[in-house]
Amino acid sequence: MATSIQSTSPSSQQSTFRAGLRAGIPVAIGYIPIAIAFGLLAKSFDLPNAITLSMSFFIFAGASQFITVQLLMTGSMYWEIILTTFILNSRHFLMSASLSQRIETTSRKLLATIAFGVTDETFSIASTRKEARSGLFVLGLNTIAFLAWNIGTWIGVFLAFGLPGTLQASMGIALYAMFIGLLVPSLTTRPVFFVASFAIMIQAMLHWGITPFFPISDGIRIIIATVVAAGIGAFVFKEEQVT
Amino acid sequence: MISLFLLVLGLALVTYLPRVIPLLWLKDLALPAYMKRFLSFIPYAVLASLIFPGVLSSTTTTTSALFGGVVATTLALLRVNLVVVVIGAVFGVYAFQTLL
Repeated sequence: MATSIQSTSPSSQQSTFRAGLRAGIPVAIGYIPIAIAFGLLAKSFDLPNAITLSMSFFIFAGASQFITVQLLMTGSMYWEIILTTFILNSRHFLMSASLSQRIETTSRKLLATIAFGVTDETFSIASTRKEARSGLFVLGLNTIAFLAWNIGTWIGVFLAFGLPGTLQASMGIALYAMFIGLLVPSLTTRPVFFVASFAIMIQAMLHWGITPFFPISDGIRIIIATVVAAGIGAFVFKEEQVT
Repeated sequence: MISLFLLVLGLALVTYLPRVIPLLWLKDLALPAYMKRFLSFIPYAVLASLIFPGVLSSTTTTTSALFGGVVATTLALLRVNLVVVVIGAVFGVYAFQTLL
């Protein structure tokens, strides 16, 4: 491109990065309370602070951090938690695949850094903004989201002391409310509605039909229901658009 | 504590791999259509599996958890911001447990 020389100048790079930071403000505003809720939830389950804070720093994935805390508390095995997290986050594979087609940046170092910050929310912004062709823009977007997530976690962890027990007990719903809030708006398309229903039916069958006689952990049930429901969906809905 | 920290590092690795592999190596690889559909259904299948039946035991009583689930679903149907869904459900459960 003719503008490639211009776009590599330091001042232009800085302003692209700053534009990304600004584009990420809505994500940051959304993340802080959820991260606070995560910190509070982990606190209410007596997870060590250092573990909670390093989860937000090293993992940076809302839903899997919540489910990890949940699975730890229900006594799941570590390999089950790791497998559940891997399956849960396999959706980022598609998002990164889509981003890889959009981003014109070729620096592998920059791409590897951007990859760490791919979340449902940063992806949704990156895939609707023209500027996201620049890797630095996406880096700015991911950076502010990462900062908000970590600051929120710190607030949650160190605020939890003063919270009344009943409010702390109410935080248990936060994770599920987030999942419901992510799933419900997508149920308007037929394939998504059916796949979600398959998953719930399989979960019900496993939970009430199989587990009483042959114990299966929460983590394994989630994996079985997810893979079977998504597999059925991929077979049944050959023609229709998923979203 | 050490084993928990190793778990966090393991989780960091399995979270990072699906994020980084396509960005670095999938640029030119074409996935079969079935695989694409399967992967695109994963988010919805996993969300539904996570919600049910786990939501029923997410608070101290099944009824307050159900109430929280109904509040979250209602708010989600109204297409409000995700944060409002989460905070609304938490305070819904809190109000339910305090008042009833």
